[in-house]
Amino acid sequence: MSEMMDYVLSFLILTGAVFTFIGSLGLARLRDFYTRLHGPTKATTLGVGSLLVASAVYFSTRGEGVSLHEVLVTLFLFITAPVSAHLLAKAALHLRLKSLAKAPEEAGRPET
Amino acid sequence: MLTSVIPIAFALVGAALALTLWRLLAGPSAPDRILALDTLYVNTVALLVLLGIHLGSALYFEAALLIALMGFVGTVALCKYLLRGDIIE
Repeated sequence: MSEMMDYVLSFLILTGAVFTFIGSLGLARLRDFYTRLHGPTKATTLGVGSLLVASAVYFSTRGEGVSLHEVLVTLFLFITAPVSAHLLAKAALHLRLKSLAKAPEEAGRPET
Repeated sequence: MLTSVIPIAFALVGAALALTLWRLLAGPSAPDRILALDTLYVNTVALLVLLGIHLGSALYFEAALLIALMGFVGTVALCKYLLRGDIIE
């Protein structure tokens, strides 16, 4: 494996791990459900996507042909993450969870 | 360089799993817990991919794909239960 490929792989793996961590940190630290929904569904998707790209590059450079297993997992995760986030938001609205944002009536109209 | 980056990545993903587990146990409402489970399976996929790179084995992708599949079905079923009070109507 060349020097250049080593750096690219290290960068992708580190980016993926850091974004995965940031997503879970958001899930643990933010203050209401709707903001908590934000963290994992975006940051974690990017993190896992980056790790999967790193894996595809790694297994493709080992001289056993192009590795396409990762594309399946990536495609599946990228299709299902928005769907599950949408369903979770619908469930939260159905249960009338408290939001930190003001309701539209209370927010008032901006001065013109 | 790769050999020194992979343990750091393992530590970060492990910390992410611990934070998610804390939210799963502490989460004040049911959607919070479902979201924590959802994040837990996505993080597990990340961990399995990392393990695949670490061991240099392509064997773990089937497991990752299965976890992704089953995790999605589980999330949808739990959300459907909260929304409708039943999973299969």
